[in-house]
Amino acid sequence: MGSVSVAPVEIERPESAEETSVVPEPDTPWVTLVHNDPVNLMSYVSYVFQTYFGYSKEKANKLMLDVHHKGRAVVSAGSREEMERDVQAMHGYGLWATLSQDRT
Amino acid sequence: MPGYFEAVPGGGAAVALDPVETSILRSLAVQLLEMIGPGDEPVEGEDPLAALFAEGPSEAPADPALARLFPEAYVDPRSEPDAELLAASAEFRRFTENDLRTRKREDALSVVRSLDALAPAAAGAGPGLVLKLDADASRRWLGTLNDLRLTIASRLEITDEDGSDELYSLPDDDPRKPMVMAYLWLGGLQETLVDTLLP
Repeated sequence: MGSVSVAPVEIERPESAEETSVVPEPDTPWVTLVHNDPVNLMSYVSYVFQTYFGYSKEKANKLMLDVHHKGRAVVSAGSREEMERDVQAMHGYGLWATLSQDRT
Repeated sequence: MPGYFEAVPGGGAAVALDPVETSILRSLAVQLLEMIGPGDEPVEGEDPLAALFAEGPSEAPADPALARLFPEAYVDPRSEPDAELLAASAEFRRFTENDLRTRKREDALSVVRSLDALAPAAAGAGPGLVLKLDADASRRWLGTLNDLRLTIASRLEITDEDGSDELYSLPDDDPRKPMVMAYLWLGGLQETLVDTLLP
């Protein structure tokens, strides 16, 4: 067993590992999106943002208006687990929320 | 202002309800309970520990109203979901929908109970009853009022803000009229209840 034949294998390994790690990056933040619907009252949506996220009235109102006028707004960002928690809470309040990986 | 919530000095909210309003609210909350259903909990008498490990459904409800109450967590309405996102949604649903159903059911039950508690307390006080809610009861009422409005809107097929104008000017003999009136009334109740909770 000569040492010459082993060397190329060791060089190749880190290269292939680097290639696969480019696609799913575990650190990429996730976001919670709230979508507009014609039913939820604007005051209620703002109340939910203030109550659950602890946002100021100004920030909650701005997010609520973004949902209303742009059709959706990013209301929180973080790990996938945190965003699942937020989405579940939004569903509890009756808001239409989804989570997705922030690719921007 | 009759029929709408007002803040009570020292905390909480109150609304004056007549017997017809009380009975409509109760009937709507009971219908919501029936729609949400018992979930996938084990029947009484079965191993209670099993409920702790019971998994919820993985598919979205077929009923559009239920589908709105329990939406797909990973499916962005603007884009076609791929298999991976659908699988993630199914997994999320399996671990959250039962809890969500339980919470919505408990809120609606507490609404029914607070309405049932109204009558004896105000016996002999005239036809008008006053419902008083503390902070926790207000939160539960808010959730149930919202679930009811989402459900009625789904039945009335209110899908966008512009398309609902027609519903608000229906002739009196339209079969949808009572449901539209209830929808608007619930909106007023919810709006005024939110106002009492916001500083």
